[in-house]
Amino acid sequence: MTAVDERPEAEIGKARRRKEDAHLITGRTRWTDNLSVPGMLHLAMLRSPMAHATITSIDPTDARSRPGVVAVFTGADFKDVQGNVPCAWPVTPDMVNPGAPSLAVDQVNFAGECVAVVVARSKAEAQDALEGIDIEYEPLPPVLDMDQAVKDGATLVHPNTESNRSYTWVFESGAAGTGAPIDDALRDAEVTVSRRFVQQRLIPAFMEPRAVMVEPSGEGVTVWSATQIPHILRVMLALTLGLPEHKVRVIAPDVGGGFGGKIPVTPEEIISVLVARRLNKPVKYTESRSESLMAAHHGRDQLQDITITATRDGTVTGLDVHLLADMGAYLRLVGPGVPILGAFMYNAIYKIPAYRFVCEGIFTTKTPTDAYRGAGRPEATFAIERIMDELAVELGMDPMELRRKNWIKHEEFPFTTVAGLTYDSGNYEAATDKALELIGWNDLRAEQQERRDSNDPVQLGLGISTFTEMCGLAPSRVLGSLSYGAGGWEHAAIRMLPTGKVEVVTGASPHGQGHETAFAQIVADKLGVAFEDVELIHGDTASSHKGLDTYGSRSLAVGGIAIVNAADKVIEKARKIAAHLLEANEADLEFSGGKFRVAGSPGSEVGIADAALAVFAAHNLPDGVEPSIDAEATYDPENFSFPHGTHLCAVEIDTETGMTKIRKYVCVDDVGTPINPLIIEGQVHGGLAQGIAQALFEEAVYDDAGNLTTGTFVDYTLPSAADLPSFTTERTETPSTTNPLGVKGVGEAGTIASTPAVVNAIVDALRPFGVNDIRMPATPERVWRAIHGGGKHRAAGGTTAYGGASTSTSDGDGGDLQ
Amino acid sequence: MIPAPFEYVRPSSVAEAVSAIGAAGEDGKILAGGQSLIPVLRLRLAYPTTLVDLGRVAEMQGVRDDGDAIVIGAMTTHHDVMHDPLVAEHAPLIAQATGTIADPQVRHRGTFGGALSHADPAGDLGAVALALGCEFVASGPGGERRIAASEFFHDYLTTALAPDEVLTQVRVPKLGAGWSSHYEKFNRVAQAWSIVGVAALVRRDNGSIAEARIGLTNMGSTPVRAAAVESALAGADVGSVAAAAEHAADGTNPPSDLSGQADYRQHLARVLTKRAVLAAVGS
Amino acid sequence: MTKINVKVDGVSYADEVEPRTLLVHYLREQLGKVGTVVGCDTSNCGACTVDLDGRSVKSCTVLAVQADGGEVTTIEGLAGPDGELDPVQQAFHENHALQCGFCTPGMIMAVRDLLRENPNPSEDEIREGIEGNLCRCTGYQNIVRAAQAAAGVKS
Ligand SMILES: Cc1cc2nc3c(=O)[nH]c(=O)nc-3n(C[C@H](O)[C@H](O)[C@H](O)COP(=O)(O)OP(=O)(O)OC[C@H]3O[C@@H](n4cnc5c(N)ncnc54)[C@H](O)[C@@H]3O)c2cc1C
Ligand code: FES
Ligand code: FES
Repeated sequence: MTAVDERPEAEIGKARRRKEDAHLITGRTRWTDNLSVPGMLHLAMLRSPMAHATITSIDPTDARSRPGVVAVFTGADFKDVQGNVPCAWPVTPDMVNPGAPSLAVDQVNFAGECVAVVVARSKAEAQDALEGIDIEYEPLPPVLDMDQAVKDGATLVHPNTESNRSYTWVFESGAAGTGAPIDDALRDAEVTVSRRFVQQRLIPAFMEPRAVMVEPSGEGVTVWSATQIPHILRVMLALTLGLPEHKVRVIAPDVGGGFGGKIPVTPEEIISVLVARRLNKPVKYTESRSESLMAAHHGRDQLQDITITATRDGTVTGLDVHLLADMGAYLRLVGPGVPILGAFMYNAIYKIPAYRFVCEGIFTTKTPTDAYRGAGRPEATFAIERIMDELAVELGMDPMELRRKNWIKHEEFPFTTVAGLTYDSGNYEAATDKALELIGWNDLRAEQQERRDSNDPVQLGLGISTFTEMCGLAPSRVLGSLSYGAGGWEHAAIRMLPTGKVEVVTGASPHGQGHETAFAQIVADKLGVAFEDVELIHGDTASSHKGLDTYGSRSLAVGGIAIVNAADKVIEKARKIAAHLLEANEADLEFSGGKFRVAGSPGSEVGIADAALAVFAAHNLPDGVEPSIDAEATYDPENFSFPHGTHLCAVEIDTETGMTKIRKYVCVDDVGTPINPLIIEGQVHGGLAQGIAQALFEEAVYDDAGNLTTGTFVDYTLPSAADLPSFTTERTETPSTTNPLGVKGVGEAGTIASTPAVVNAIVDALRPFGVNDIRMPATPERVWRAIHGGGKHRAAGGTTAYGGASTSTSDGDGGDLQ
Repeated sequence: MIPAPFEYVRPSSVAEAVSAIGAAGEDGKILAGGQSLIPVLRLRLAYPTTLVDLGRVAEMQGVRDDGDAIVIGAMTTHHDVMHDPLVAEHAPLIAQATGTIADPQVRHRGTFGGALSHADPAGDLGAVALALGCEFVASGPGGERRIAASEFFHDYLTTALAPDEVLTQVRVPKLGAGWSSHYEKFNRVAQAWSIVGVAALVRRDNGSIAEARIGLTNMGSTPVRAAAVESALAGADVGSVAAAAEHAADGTNPPSDLSGQADYRQHLARVLTKRAVLAAVGS
Repeated sequence: MTKINVKVDGVSYADEVEPRTLLVHYLREQLGKVGTVVGCDTSNCGACTVDLDGRSVKSCTVLAVQADGGEVTTIEGLAGPDGELDPVQQAFHENHALQCGFCTPGMIMAVRDLLRENPNPSEDEIREGIEGNLCRCTGYQNIVRAAQAAAGVKS
């Protein structure tokens, strides 16, 4: 027997450099737009310049005669076959889904909706020919403001509906039996604080624009797409277009970021499949950035009416949440469910006895919304962390003391919350104490006082966000109870090659998260093989046939466990072989470091690689044992995992200009057992940047007519390196007890926690000026208006007012400074 | 996105450039560094039939000394302007303001003359040219003429240049002793254009301010001089800068857009003027 | 069609291009150099950054005809003949300065240019030196670290 080499140390916990880097840093990439197949044609989309209009005529004759043009299709050409862009989440039984054509047929409902597609030999010729399509619209009034949209007599977005309300989803702890009735809490409150917060519309703005290439073959198609969800896309294409599922192959090659933005099935994907099949030619479509900002789904966009009640001594007694959530013009794949995911998180880390959550999903004539990093949970965390600060002010209490008084103590876990979730573990005290020390809280408070006393034009503000999130989406039964159209399990397979190398197949579909590295670390430890000997196979329904893809911080906490379970099965199968080869009893074998040994008798051993070779040769196997030690597993989590952390932010505000500068940002996150600290840190950094960008920089703005004003990166201002600070990121480690690795998700933590930390810091800096809220993004102009308008004003001034200039007073006191 | 098709000509002298632009007619367009024009073409916001690329007109590149002025060729890139020793010596304000434009890649291609000809009121160089009292040298079918900075900017993206004229160089008068300067730019993200910018030139004499020239970026449809501040500063001491700067927005008519409404811009003009002047005088 | 001669990553090419062809499209579509990517239409993202005659440029904002007679280096031309990585590429790997990797070719080209001009940049100088390159994944912190590490190697 040749034994495998002794492996030096555990892989789990090691800051391994990433396997996936090699091709990315040298430009040997396979982005969808890099690919081509022989005979491929190019598509260009004609998009509606109107937010809301009926199409009175379309004449593509001129376009069809342009050089290089193979075909032009309009909605009329596909109306009988295109079905609807799928929505898999009917959150209530009576949810209204008016349907979503891929190519508009007779009405457009947002600016950017596809109305025709040109197919040409080259991309340039396709784009040139767009100008040859003669199309006329009869404008309808745009519907931009949710408060207005739900009023009686409001213009309807969709003619086949009775109101612009798609659904109303309600949770109430008294009725659910998870807590006391909210009405009692509201009635008996000693202290009540209410606020309306605005979650502005954001754009995921992944750096790789979406692209799709389709090659038809007989009854089926092969689809390459810049998607987060190759497996779901396959099923949905089959269902939507009536294609035989086994003839549909979907490949997600290199995918350049997603952040939720590549979750839905898109009209462009469906159109590309329809065109490829109609012409029986391969086609490719790659969106421009302008198209992406306008038509790829947006995120957030909720109005949050929040009421918190407490006793005078600072014990929170109730939380009442009412949301209006903008669905945009259509319901996308999981769009209706996004705000509902927040339902479980508003109570956050606190012991709140009574809770109500009501969410209304509203149609407007804007780009459809769907998941954006955090999906529902950032909104919830923002609202609770902001209102806790306001409650602290009302009570005259230190905001951290108020939090300490109400949060779940570490010895109280597992803890079942008023929203009905059971948090398995956590230690909020430890994370908070560490964060306070790292940032030098007391010194900063002292400096703040000095600056206040001396009327320094630069004021200092300190913001807190103590957060938790539920991640590892999701236990299938929970999704079922929320009427989601699929489960939340994940699949994995491990294939043992004769030379001892290992192929791991996962149903997760990475696009930057480092799965190839982290999963290899897990498998290396489990099977006792070298990190280098593990290869991950993913993102192609032909080779990784089963899976539910990557979103909701689920890859590690769900997909990783499926891999662990598959590895356990491999070991059990190999054990039989080893016992046979060692002529020992299976029960007497112990497995460690990749080797089976008979307990208590060192010397003779069989490595897992030996077992792999033995089943390959299959010359000498025990009776009745198949010649394979490969295994598959599908893991459905019993519960979510609950990462948590304390984020602290210190901002300096130039009160003369309103400019906010982050002076220091410290976070201590608890993501359970770390698999790869390097990757965790990277995920946190990126999340922080996006959360901070919501607080300070980004907003999708529409004008009165419903056109996106922030339609390029000139106006949709993503922060550059020069606009962000260096972060101090640390960890505490409280292993999750809901999975065998003890891991929790990390993909969204930074985004969820950072937005309220920044806004709380800004408001803290401005309290002496009578300011008690600030609209996001807290642009210099808004901050300046808040300071100079006094506390009454919520600084909605500026043309970036919520919902467009015409609706800038949607909260009643917003636009009064204009 | 891909620009609509156009013809391309590449003259190698000013004379050739002028005749190429004349031949191209009204749908011809000059291409300098392309950093403003090419994005416009990609978004198909313009459809020129011919581009006349000035990239190989050697006589339009570089900076030279011409006695009482330095002469900056219109095709000198932002990057080269920033690092030019003559500019550093005689017009550090230009180097400083140019350093705030866009990012390194854009500055490697974008040109001094292109930015001024483009005449975006949010562009940083117009206010600087106004404050410095530059002279613009243009060549057209009728020969060469000089245009004072105060006459150059007509409106949003509109200059005194005729459609068949080429801006060939900009003459920057050398300032005598005692002058100092500062460019104060305010924007939301690093790469963005100015919400407001202030170019301040100050001559000190015996501790007080003898003369000041203030140019404002993005406070109207063209760059403007803050005349009221200039007169308030003449002969003033440093202690009265803040009061003088209160006049910075007098008579201005700034735009309202996503980055700020007019009244906010006017406020910023006052604050930034104070800061620019104080920085220029070194306090 | 206009005739151009360019040297890209050490290889000379003579090609006919439409004048409207952007340098990045010429690289990607005519030369198959798809390592350089397009992320926007307004010269903001920097994903398309390459070296043109020794200086970083956004290849989406240069016409192929403007590069006539010039020398272009792309991300694909950095590694040595035996695959040895450029110090900036190596530093990106070591410091986990990329996640999805879409911004990475442009970022690496921008950092190389920065270090060419300023071999010992401060953190602020690095941040400003790459302000023309957007990254949505990393929060930039590890990119800054990679630049610092590469500066250490180079100086
Ligand atoms: C991301 C980004 C950020 C930017 N930020 C800033 C900023 O903060 N501040 C700022 O000032 N600028 C900024 N710019 C613009 C930059 O300065 C441009 O380089 C400049 O505006 C145009 O110069 P160009 O040489 O590229 O001209 P081109 O784009 O080639 O031409 C611009 C216009 O001027 C005309 N033109 C050019 N040269 C001449 C000439 N010699 N004679 C007659 N007409 C001519 C052209 O026909 C065209 O209409 C930014 C650009 C980008 C892409
Ligand atoms: S693609 Fe060139 S800057 Fe974005
Ligand atoms: S690594 Fe994804 S955009 Fe930078």
